[in-house]
Amino acid sequence: MKTDELIAAMTADAKAVSWPIGRSLWLAAGVGAVMAAIAFMMEIGPRPDLSYVLETPRFLFKYVLTVSLFVTAMGLMIHLARPGGLPRAWLLALAIPPILLIGGVIVEFIVVPPAGWYYRIVGMNSSACLTLIPLLSAAPLVALLFAMRQGATTHPVFAGASAGLVSAGIGATLYATHCSDDSALFIGVWYVIAVAIVTAVGAAIGSWLLRW
Amino acid sequence: MALMRAAIAGDEIAYRQLLESLARSLRVATRRGFAQSGAALNDVEDVVQETLLAIHLKRHTWNSDQPLGPWVRAIARHKLIDALRRRGRRIEVPIDAVLDFLAADEPSDDLDWKDAERLVNDLSGRQQTIVRAISVEGKSIRDVAEELGMNEGAVRVALHRGLKTLAGKYQRGHE
Repeated sequence: MKTDELIAAMTADAKAVSWPIGRSLWLAAGVGAVMAAIAFMMEIGPRPDLSYVLETPRFLFKYVLTVSLFVTAMGLMIHLARPGGLPRAWLLALAIPPILLIGGVIVEFIVVPPAGWYYRIVGMNSSACLTLIPLLSAAPLVALLFAMRQGATTHPVFAGASAGLVSAGIGATLYATHCSDDSALFIGVWYVIAVAIVTAVGAAIGSWLLRW
Repeated sequence: MALMRAAIAGDEIAYRQLLESLARSLRVATRRGFAQSGAALNDVEDVVQETLLAIHLKRHTWNSDQPLGPWVRAIARHKLIDALRRRGRRIEVPIDAVLDFLAADEPSDDLDWKDAERLVNDLSGRQQTIVRAISVEGKSIRDVAEELGMNEGAVRVALHRGLKTLAGKYQRGHE
């Protein structure tokens, strides 16, 4: 087939345009989040003292961290779904959640006497944290990776990792509603490991799924 | 940019114009890229076609607030590097310099397009008939629909699927 002939076929196909990639990714994030939330309400559920802790700064700070992770990772992911160089501004924005976390850890070290550090780091729920965050992130990750395939990333590993971070942001937000460990010291260890697991899975799948 | 906006809105004449001018630029850039890395020039046209197909199937990833050039260059760069790698070439070319598009015309008729020919042959019966009728025979969607006794929507879907399959085959055919 000559190039002019291929162009004729593509011209005839002009009207078949997919949704803009940003819209597909937001939709996938929404569908994934709803699925994860349904699974959460059916199988795990919020902590019993939720209405009380909603007024405590430590509990609310967990949402500040997980939601800021979701928002910055989402921005990064939408840029990575398009062909081009690495989006520097969004990579820098991704430093916001860790910086907030480090701030929270420093505050904990100041306000909690050293004798209480160990107890807060180990917590009560470390194994639940390490299993439930990845499980709750699974549906969003699948939805996002499928949507990402509609994209045209020139960085499959980074793109997969960013989908992992968005999913972990969703999973960690839900899990934070359940978990009774609210200390930044606990989050700094266990949430970070759980998020890293989901991100690594996203990167590994992305490295082959997102090539085109 | 205006052409691509019109094309995404469904303007076929604008789209054909855009694809034809992109094909010319891509031909120059790909030829230079191949020459500089010492790859044989006889399958340049295959890479041009694969890149055009990628531009076509991924055009919804172009952000219409942004200029079209960098987006096209990113896709062309991706496909050129991929093509050179598959041909066992080390990428030592300053790819970005190569992609400074020149609008110089180069004839395409003396070039090979054996990949596309072979890949179209691999398409399933109906897809192949439709892709061939519209591309090689230059028929309109309406004529093809009438000939095959299908409705136009079904022909459009088959054409779109056919092009997608073609793009996938390029990728796999070389792995």
